[in-house]
Amino acid sequence: MNTWLRDLFLPSAASIKAQSVDDLFMFILWLNIIFFILIAGLTILFCIQYKRRSANQKTAHIEHHTVLELTWTVLPLILCLIVFFWGFNTYMQAGVAPDGAMEIQVTAKKWIWSFGYPDGSVAIGKLWVPVNKPVRLIMHSEDVLHAFFVPGFRIKQDVLPNRYTETWFHATQVGDYVIPCTEYCGKGHSEMKAVVKVVSQQDYEKFLEEGDPDEKGLPPEKLGATLYVNLGCSTCHSIDGTKGQGPSWKGIWSAQHKMVDGKSFLVDENYIRTSILQPQQMIVEGFEGIMPSYQGQIRERQLVALIAYIKSLK
Amino acid sequence: MADVIASPAVHTGDHGHHADYLSDPQHKGIWSWMTTVDHKRLGVMYLWAVLLAFLVGGVFALLVRLELMNPGEDFMTAEQYNQAFTLHGAIMVFLFIIPSIPAALGNFVMPLMLGAKDVAFPRLNLASFWVYVAGAVMAVTSIVVGGVDTGWTFYTPYSTSTGGAVTMMTLSVFVLGFSSIFTGINFIATVHKLRAPGMGWFQLPLFVWGIYATAIIQVLATPVLGITMVLLIMERAFNIGIFDAQIGGDPVLFQHFFWFYSHPAVYIMILPGMAIISEIIPTFSRRTIFGYRLIALSSVAIALIGFLVWGHHMFTSGQSALAASIFSFLTFLVAIPSGIKIFNWIATMYKASISLNTPMLYATSFLLLFGIGGLTGIFLGALSVDIHLHDTYFVVAHFHYVMMGGTVIAFLGGLHYWWPKMFGRMYNETVARIACALVFIGFNMTFLTQFFMGSQGMPRRYYTYLDQFQPLHQFSTFGSWVLGAGLLIAAVNLMGALRGPKNAPDNPWGGTTLEWQTQSPPITHNFAGQPAIEHNPYDYRYFKVPSDAV
Repeated sequence: MNTWLRDLFLPSAASIKAQSVDDLFMFILWLNIIFFILIAGLTILFCIQYKRRSANQKTAHIEHHTVLELTWTVLPLILCLIVFFWGFNTYMQAGVAPDGAMEIQVTAKKWIWSFGYPDGSVAIGKLWVPVNKPVRLIMHSEDVLHAFFVPGFRIKQDVLPNRYTETWFHATQVGDYVIPCTEYCGKGHSEMKAVVKVVSQQDYEKFLEEGDPDEKGLPPEKLGATLYVNLGCSTCHSIDGTKGQGPSWKGIWSAQHKMVDGKSFLVDENYIRTSILQPQQMIVEGFEGIMPSYQGQIRERQLVALIAYIKSLK
Repeated sequence: MADVIASPAVHTGDHGHHADYLSDPQHKGIWSWMTTVDHKRLGVMYLWAVLLAFLVGGVFALLVRLELMNPGEDFMTAEQYNQAFTLHGAIMVFLFIIPSIPAALGNFVMPLMLGAKDVAFPRLNLASFWVYVAGAVMAVTSIVVGGVDTGWTFYTPYSTSTGGAVTMMTLSVFVLGFSSIFTGINFIATVHKLRAPGMGWFQLPLFVWGIYATAIIQVLATPVLGITMVLLIMERAFNIGIFDAQIGGDPVLFQHFFWFYSHPAVYIMILPGMAIISEIIPTFSRRTIFGYRLIALSSVAIALIGFLVWGHHMFTSGQSALAASIFSFLTFLVAIPSGIKIFNWIATMYKASISLNTPMLYATSFLLLFGIGGLTGIFLGALSVDIHLHDTYFVVAHFHYVMMGGTVIAFLGGLHYWWPKMFGRMYNETVARIACALVFIGFNMTFLTQFFMGSQGMPRRYYTYLDQFQPLHQFSTFGSWVLGAGLLIAAVNLMGALRGPKNAPDNPWGGTTLEWQTQSPPITHNFAGQPAIEHNPYDYRYFKVPSDAV
């Protein structure tokens, strides 16, 4: 019963913190169930038991009952205090990352997450971490508020534009865990997603040396298709011709793009390269200049792949 | 032994000699309504206004649910969806729930309950109504001219940087705030000064206690919202740098200001709902209320402690651990008085004579739904658990159980309870019960599912979602149709009754409070003479139930 309820409400626990949060969650859930049965049971029981049978039915005149009233004041108070201290305790324990935790810089902007690793490399949309190692995230936003949430780890922290906030986790299970943005940030809010890739220490070191294994050995066109999702391009640019926050990529290769300032450009390698690295230079008519720059966050090989991918979208 | 608690001057049986407030020959025509200072007419005008707002907000809710039928775009773009949920929230909170019970039902019933001729400041009451209308017109204008996509919370810096008619919308919230403050001041003065002879503080009907506690919050908290909105407008217009980090401001400061009002506002919304339940349950149980003083004082306790818990909306915002801990602690304290009320209401049904007429059906629905709303609040008050649940559908489900399962259900119960008094007409009882059942079932279908989605990690304000959530989202959308159908049937039933003859008895439910001791609908000056109080309310030992009561 307990396991069934836990699975009904909670995603599987994949961090050390998750376990302690879940224990408290289940305690409160049982409190909820017991008190709901009490409230609903008494209400229904009294409605049946004391249903009006005649218009002049005699009723009791009970104004109050001190012992009873004290009971339902003090008992819930005690239970609430237990829950408070339990929640306080797990919160404080989980508050500060242990010494020696690996540090990762997290940058949020509309509508992508990027992660800076200790070796200076940057990855967009994917947070690679080794399993069984504490990871401390130092986060800031470049525009509005965002929030970093990993349901599988039971952590959440708002990301602010004017100061650093932090959170940490210690993943216990290898796997992929979604990071949905949970502070409303506009049009692309519901598609501002990233993934935590929890891998073994070996695989993690391999990632640092050789880059994303998912991107290895793919022909540029295929790699471009992967990057289209992973780098967050798909949030704003469609590949089927529908108008999103940005122009669709379908059939734009070697077309003429008209800009808001009236100029016109041929969509070629250089146009796409500039659009990705300095998007504010060229804004297509009918759109706003909201695309963030990928300068310094995208490798040359990835740029080539994206260009190849766009070329292929007829 | 006295048979009635009211004085002989207002003894029933001599009605028919007086024209009621609806058909008073001295006050005829549309102009007499627009300039009326009669609290009953103002209550009725407020009622139509808030019901209209409820309809508009409800349509937006159905649209939002419909869009969530499938992941990705169904029939709205992300931008339109963001505007739809913003308008749903803003209209429901500022135009519907906050004024619904106090300004509509409270205006009509409270002076009657006190045995007064009117509120203390009738002209201020009229001003409050027209200020409300002005605010509502501005809110509608902002929808038409540009759309607002900030969410009803207007969090900075998104709200200072986005386009659309945010300035107009916030200005309308500022204006609506004044309407709320005027009503609050008026009600406080009325309760202090216009009680009938013999009516001490502990002879007040509990509805009046609830409305009084609400009025205190309205007067103390709403100015803070007004100031916050002005700061936001100035920030947008002049780039002052209070909230916008780009120019040196602090976005979290806005959240503190906003919730300093908006958490107490939650109690502005729920206390009047509790107040209605405290009337319905003793009347339909024909029994004195259990623990009168505890219920009355718990309203005041909720109003006061409610001012000190705003930080529990901000556990993940980056506020200090110390602040978070204090807010969590106080949050658990404020839960206690609500729990006390629930148990006292249930105890009132012990050894009673219960009839499950429509108002009582709504009251029992309230006990179950508000029970769930309150209990699930314990999850959110606990620090470490809230970190996981914050800004997910779990929170959405929780506050809908409190706001809709609590306040709106109580409002519907109150409407069915006082409808015969307000308009002198009975509605079809069977249809009303069917509507109540549909509302109950549809509501649970819509929102119970959202608890599971939320704790599984479905964030709120999402236009699209992971495929794993689709079955629950669809079920929730089906539920919203059942809920909508129930509300529609209830509305048609109530409105339809207005076309029938004036067939309601003066006291159809056997209520003990003073509004039932005058005719239905009441005469323009409420009572033929000055009523006096000899017994406590709900004391059925001294009260003879009229023979024409249901």
